[in-house]
Amino acid sequence: MPPLAEHLPAGTFEVASSADGMPTITIPAAHLVEVCRVLRDHAALAFIVCVDITAADHFPRDPRYDLVYHLLSPEKLLRLRLRVHAGGATPEVPTVSEIWPAANWLEREVLDLFGITFTGHPDPARLIMPDDWEGHPLRKDYPVQVKLPVRTYSPLQLTEEEFRANVLTDRLRRSR
Amino acid sequence: MGLEQQLEELEIPVLTTTLEKVVNWARRSAIWPCTFGLACCAIEMMSMSASRYDISRFGAEVFRASPRQSDLMIVAGRLSRKMAPVLRRIYDQMPEPKYVISMGACASVGGVFDNYAIVQGVDQVVPVDVFVPGCPPRPESLIYGIIQLQKKIGASKL
Repeated sequence: MPPLAEHLPAGTFEVASSADGMPTITIPAAHLVEVCRVLRDHAALAFIVCVDITAADHFPRDPRYDLVYHLLSPEKLLRLRLRVHAGGATPEVPTVSEIWPAANWLEREVLDLFGITFTGHPDPARLIMPDDWEGHPLRKDYPVQVKLPVRTYSPLQLTEEEFRANVLTDRLRRSR
Repeated sequence: MGLEQQLEELEIPVLTTTLEKVVNWARRSAIWPCTFGLACCAIEMMSMSASRYDISRFGAEVFRASPRQSDLMIVAGRLSRKMAPVLRRIYDQMPEPKYVISMGACASVGGVFDNYAIVQGVDQVVPVDVFVPGCPPRPESLIYGIIQLQKKIGASKL
């Protein structure tokens, strides 16, 4: 691992301990985008792959959540783990989907299951749970064995106008 | 009695029966399941239809990929809440008469997945005719379930 302190802006990260020996750094949310851009673009690092983004709920600790980013540099054969703390009533972290497009869906998954908002995300919608679901299931205070009535019908994805337009174009195509 | 006797006198070989029996015989002897595998139970369902267990011996082998052509839905596996409207829509698209087998512990009562994401029994979504226990049920169990369904169809009233 090249010394990160030489390449990254000073004061933007701390080296953290890790149980599995994988290099890990902790970054304040305010510096996340800046540091990630350097990690990807710096010639000696070239972390061009965002392997995974996930989170951990350390309820009742404050700040409550740890966001974990796993990065890979296929060129330099390096792996790096970033850790970002998030807390408060509405936890917020800036998005890195501009830097790694793969982060788009990974961040949506974290938003869906942990309720952490990624500011500046191009499509902040739920990924796994139904769109109208209440709550965030992977939070420690979520009632996992909750018994809800089953929804057996979902509305059609088309509006009535779109449906009529589809039928009309189909007729026109056939009459040709 | 009178009709049979007259036909016998004319030497025409005829068997008489009721319409109900003929219709039920036709229905139970050609059950076409739709392919609806949700989880690991689907592997046992496929094994049941393949050569080793060979459900075609009991007249229920033609798996159809379209609900429009099938009579039986085997709910094979855990049903997530997000999948429930899809299952219901496929059931609604099947023509009458239609039957449902709930295969395995997860489909019947939720199984080990006692949580927010899994429907605790598909009878909350569609009417079930036969519940097959097991985790997953062996192909023999599912064949037994289908035979039970055939008995049920055979005894139904028009």
